[in-house]
This record gives sequence, C-alpha cells and structure tokens, in this order.
Amino acid sequence: MAIVGRACLLIALGLCVYGAGASIRGARTGDEAWIASGRRALFAVAGVVAIAFVILEVAFLHSDFHYTVVATHSSTTTPWYYRMAAMWSSQEGSLLLWMFLLTAWSSVAMLVIGRRMRDVVPYATAVLLGFGAFFASLLIFTAQPFARVALAPTEGTGLNPLLRHPSMMIHPVMLYSGYTLFAVPFAFAIGALIVRRVDSEWIRATRFYTLGAWLALSIGVLLGARWSYAELGWGGYWAWDPVENASLLPWLTGTAFLHSAMVQEKRGMLKVWNASLVLATGILCIIGTFLVRSGILDSIHAFVQEGNAIAWSFTSLICVLIVVSVYLVVSRRGDALRSEATLDSALSREAIFLANNVVLVAIAFVVFWGTFFPLISEAVTGTKSAVGPPWFDQYIVPLALVLVLLTGIGPVVAWRRSTFARLWLQMRGPVVVAVLVTVLALALTDAAHNLKAVALFAIASFAISIAVQELWRGTRARQAMTGSGPARAFVTLIARNRRRYGGYVVHIGIAVMFVGVAASTAFQHKQIVRLRPSQSATVGGYRFTYLKPTARIEQRAGELERISLGSKIRVTKDGKLVTVLSPNRGYYPVNAPFVGVLTRYFEGDSTSEIGLKAGAVRDLWIAQRPDIASLTPIIKQGDALFARAAKAGLPRATQAVLLGQALRGLVRRYETHAPPAQFTILVSPMVFWLWIGALILVAGGLTAAWPSGGGGVRDRVRSSTSARVARDLGRAPATS
Amino acid sequence: MTLLLVIGLVALVVLFVSHPLRKGVARRAQRAGEARIADLRTAKEDKYREIRDAEMDQRTGKLSQSDWRVLDRQLRAEAVDILHELDELEGPQPG
Repeated sequence: MAIVGRACLLIALGLCVYGAGASIRGARTGDEAWIASGRRALFAVAGVVAIAFVILEVAFLHSDFHYTVVATHSSTTTPWYYRMAAMWSSQEGSLLLWMFLLTAWSSVAMLVIGRRMRDVVPYATAVLLGFGAFFASLLIFTAQPFARVALAPTEGTGLNPLLRHPSMMIHPVMLYSGYTLFAVPFAFAIGALIVRRVDSEWIRATRFYTLGAWLALSIGVLLGARWSYAELGWGGYWAWDPVENASLLPWLTGTAFLHSAMVQEKRGMLKVWNASLVLATGILCIIGTFLVRSGILDSIHAFVQEGNAIAWSFTSLICVLIVVSVYLVVSRRGDALRSEATLDSALSREAIFLANNVVLVAIAFVVFWGTFFPLISEAVTGTKSAVGPPWFDQYIVPLALVLVLLTGIGPVVAWRRSTFARLWLQMRGPVVVAVLVTVLALALTDAAHNLKAVALFAIASFAISIAVQELWRGTRARQAMTGSGPARAFVTLIARNRRRYGGYVVHIGIAVMFVGVAASTAFQHKQIVRLRPSQSATVGGYRFTYLKPTARIEQRAGELERISLGSKIRVTKDGKLVTVLSPNRGYYPVNAPFVGVLTRYFEGDSTSEIGLKAGAVRDLWIAQRPDIASLTPIIKQGDALFARAAKAGLPRATQAVLLGQALRGLVRRYETHAPPAQFTILVSPMVFWLWIGALILVAGGLTAAWPSGGGGVRDRVRSSTSARVARDLGRAPATS
Repeated sequence: MTLLLVIGLVALVVLFVSHPLRKGVARRAQRAGEARIADLRTAKEDKYREIRDAEMDQRTGKLSQSDWRVLDRQLRAEAVDILHELDELEGPQPG
C-alpha cells in the first residue's frame, strides 16, 4: 500500500497545481467551468490525501515496520491508541496531518460557502491549493511518509514516552486544525484584496472558520499546557517556550481579529487593519508549524531530530507570503480599503475594541520578539542567547492587566457613542464587586506582598461581574419582551445571538483563567528536596513524608514496556492526613544492540508520572527523580554476565528467563534498599481555576462558533419594504 | 494489482475534476446574480441581527431611548436598501 500512498501524494500535488491554475483562469476569464473544475480539484485533493492518511494510520496500527516512519516512531509495546497518535509525532506524519486537515477543512469551507463570494472564491481556492502544493511537495521530496526499508526490524523504536499522554493524542490535531482553519480566512482575504472587494462580506463568509480556528487553537494551547503540567515534571503549565509561544502568536492576533472584524461588520471601519491582522495570523500559523517542525529553536516541546531540510522550504514560503500580503495591503490601501465611517467617540464599543486590538498586538509583538530573540541575537552578535520567563513577565503582566480591564469594559459600552454617566450606571455594581474582592484578598490572605496579583484579582472579578451582569440583564430584557420564564429567556437570549453571549462566556473563562494563573504563580511554594524513606519536608505548610519506595515492571503484549520506580508520599497538615501521593519515574528500554543487556532498560527515555492532589483551593504536586546510581554496579555486573552467557552460546530462551529474573531482582533491590530520591514539591494555590476557566472558555467558544441554523426570516411580504422589515423582525420601528 | 488501483484512482480523479469542462458549463449571467443574492441574504440576516442587538442594548441600559431611535431608524433604512436590491435581483414577488 506504500505505493498507493505515494501515488496519492503525487496525484495530490498534480491536482493542487492544476486546481490553482484552473481557478485563476476561471477567475480571470469568468468561465464557470474552470472555476468549478478548480473547486473539484480541491475536493479531489482532500479525497486522495485522506486515502494516504488512512494508509499510514493503518501501517501504524498494524505496527508495519517496513515503513521507516513506523519503525522509528512506534513499537508493538505502544498501546493502540498511542500508535494512532504516533503518526504525528514524526516529521512526515505531522506534515501529512497538516495537509489532511488543510484540504479537509478547505473543502468543508468551499462546500458551505457555496455560491456566495463567487468572485473571491476562485482566488481563495487557488491560495488554499497553493498551500496544498507546498505541503504535498514536502511530503514527496523532503519528508516522505511512505519511505520503506528492505528488511523490516522485528521491533520499532517506540513512541517518545513524553508523548504517551492522553492530551497528546488531541493536542496536535487541535493546533493543526486551528492553523489550517485560519488558512480559510487568510485565503479569502487574499482573494478579496485581489478583486478589490474588501467590504465585510469576506469576513461574514469566513466568520465560522475564524471562530472555529480560534476555538481549535485555544483547545490545542490549553491541552499543551495541561500536558506540560502533568507530564514534563517541572511543575508548570507555561514556560514561554518557543513552541508554546508559536501556538500563542496566531491565537493572539486571531483574537484581535475576532474583535476588530465586528467593527468592520458594524461600521465598515478598520479594513486595512483587519486584512493585515488576518494575513498576519495566517503567516504566524505557518511560522508556528515551521518552529515546531524545523527545530531551529531549542524547546522542551520539540521532537525533531533534523529539520534543516524543511527549514529553507518554510522560510521561502513565509517570505513569499509576507511579500504578497504586504503588496496587496499597500496597493489596495487607497481605494478598496478606505473606511466607510470614522470613529464617532473615544467612548464607544469600536474604540474599546481598537484599544483591545492594540494591547493584543503588543502582547503578540513581545512574544514574537522574545521567541525569536535567540535567532536575532545570533544574527547580530554571533551568540545565541535566549530570554526567560522573567523577561516575558515584565511586559506581559501589565499588558494582561489592561487587556482584562478592557474585556470588562467592552461589553457595557454601546456602539458609536456612549457617555460616562451611562457607563457608570452599567459599571457601578461590578466596580463594587472588584473593591470587595480587593479588600477581602488583602484582609484574609497574604496577598499584600504581591500587588500585581491583587490588581489582577480585582480586574478579573470586575470583568466576570460585567459578563454575568450582561447575561442577567439580557435575560431580564428577554423576559420582559417575550413574557417567558427566566430559563427559557436565558436560552433564547444566547440562541439569538450566540456570538455575543458566547463571547461573554469566553470573557468569564479568560478572567477565571487569569485568576488561576495569578494566584498559582504569585503565591506558589516550590522546593526541591532529597529524601530517604521516612524523611520529611515541609512546603507551604504541608508536610511531605517519604513513606516507602515502590518499583514494578510494566508489560504490554508480553513485552516489557517500562520499569517504574516511585514512592508513596504521605501529606499531612497540622498533623492531619491530607492525602497519599504516588509519584514515579518510568524507564523505557532503548532499542540499541551495543548497550548492555540490563543497562538498556535504564538508558532509554524516562518520563515522570507526577503525584497530584488537585483541589479548588490548592494543588499538591510532586515529581520524583530516583537516584539509580546505586543500582549501576549491579547493572554493570549483570551486563557482563549476560555478555559471557551469550558468548558461551546459552540458548536465547534461557537468557530471556534469566533476564526476567535479573530485572525482578533489581526491582526488589530498589524496594528493599531504596537510595535517596530527589523530589520537586509544589503547593500551588488555585491552579484548578485555570482548568475550570479553560473549560468555560471552550464552552463559550463552542456557543459562539456553533453554526446557526440559517433560519432567519425568508418570507416575503407584499407590503412596503419597511413594513416587511418590521414583519420579519416581529417588531415595529422605534417611534420618536 | 497495485498499479491497477493507482490507474483506477487517477482515472476517477480525472473524470471527477474534468466533469464541469466536459459538460461545458455555460457562462451564465444569472450566476453572478445568484451570487449577489446569496450575499444579500446574508447581509439581510446580519442587518436584522444588528437591529435586534440595538434594541437589546437599549433594554439593558447601554443605549439611551433617543440614541436607540436614531440608530434603529438608520439600521432599518439600511435593511430596506438590502431588501430593495434583493427584490430587484429575485424578480417580481409572488402574490
């Protein structure tokens, strides 16, 4: 089937080139046949790429080690669900996933958009197929997923143990869905600029995909943070790592675009800004993919051995995209992109959105600069130096404070013009809540020593109160308008304007997340200690006692999957038992013939399984790094014995039995003569609320992005047109 | 067998993609009209939503009664323009 897979990629490349050409020809000549043929080429690419994708997935599921990519990224001991996900841990599989998602989402978009934007669609199709041609070329010439080896190994290298986490099965798919969905508004923006039709139609036509992209990217970023917290063993969820930042950049500009697009839809303003934002977001998505797959920047999240081969291809693509985008925006700036209205007042929804955009773009700029600083410094000074979390925090924290404040103010300011008196009427309740929260935080906790955190609590509680108040007042208004009960009024309120009220729920989620982030970083207690069994350490008022070591051999499919060395840790507070945690470290065997028979079980990858007691008030988190140096002399002795046994021609079956006994002996030895182990202990307040905020954000995002039934009012009436509007809306116009 | 599969796939793709060219889809002027109608219907729904939003803003205290009246009239006038253009493109109304 490898030949079929390779053929599918070749056909896809041919179709992309043809489809892009046919679409452009159709657009230039107005010939519907060529336009339709170009669209069909896009659908066909999606079909053949899906076939290639399924072929490779089946190879992973069946552990077909004839495929180089399967042999180097999976094994028979890898559980089937991780074997499915192992595909995108490889360079080749990851690029194939990108191509699959790009063509699938693009096809869905073209099917749904249907007859709308007929003049823009062919150019958008050409742009999407252009992306397809790029990725198909990479898959054919550079990172070949269907490359085969003549003699298949009996066992594969296995999936990187760090990636054996449930969120890693979904995280890359979500990130790539976000990136590829953003390609749709990007392509339509290019098309709209080419045909000089930069009204808000292209924004409306691609609104669903923009929201979908934002939601998918949000879920991807949050799953990555959760994985970092639970799997990487350093205790944090965000390290301002280049790969993390790469996914955050398009999220930031995408969030800015979601807000400024509303200004264009309502007022016909910010056309240059919106076109620039969506083009920048599209380019940042490609840069994000490039950073992850090229390995040009050091990252705890990079799993690429050699990425230089694709680095130049990506760099070229990014340069082309930047040049084309800048040219189109600059050349259309004078006519097509001219605003239809001006800012009526600095105290209006559009002014607040503009300020929110400036802050979001400023954050994006800081993140971009910090992420690429190693490359910039190397280019200027010849030395690669990086900036760490404190550098990011000094800029991001004040900007985040302003952003959350604007998130609160935005919903209560009317479009076009408002007054301070009216604004105060809307804000006085939430301001009281914010003051109360501040007083309580200062009085009941030790928050006084971190005023930035206190400020964030106050502003976040203000933003949450505003959003809740908006939902409450909206429900009351609907009750008054329809006479329905509060539950029904609430549901219909959201159903009638999912984007607005889903957005408010997102605001609540963001504010709750900020509270979690502020509390867990400002008031966290962290200690790295070395303990022997029965020794204790006190962190953040909790006593952690190393009760006993644990060790076990874990098998899968009759093969040793890993050796797990851990501990039982009793946690008490004021003498009362809180919980017993069980951190451990799993050692995965390395598949290398020249490493000693016993050594290979400890020289491979190892992962930390944390002990965690999560709670609404605080998380108790512990990771263990066992000291296996004390086992080394025994392991070396064992290696020598097995080497002699092999030389003496001891039957393999006997060797296998002896190996099992030796490993069980080692494990028992660790349990009975446990050496001291290093523990990283964290007591983090309110991390729980970061994840709760994330769930609220996703719920709000889903509400906002959920496609409307297209219901609307289609009925035609015979009366005058203005009466028809009233009939359609079910209400008469406002009377003076 | 594999070769036949690949040839079959290529043939299928060529037939599918070339279908509009073989059928000779005409350059119909009304296609442009259809596209505009689709765009106008979306614009109409969005304008209606704006009118409803403005009313909600007034009821929740964000807009004063006088500001809302001005805005509502302006938005309804814009909706009327859209409906006029829709009617012109869609032809005479039934009944």
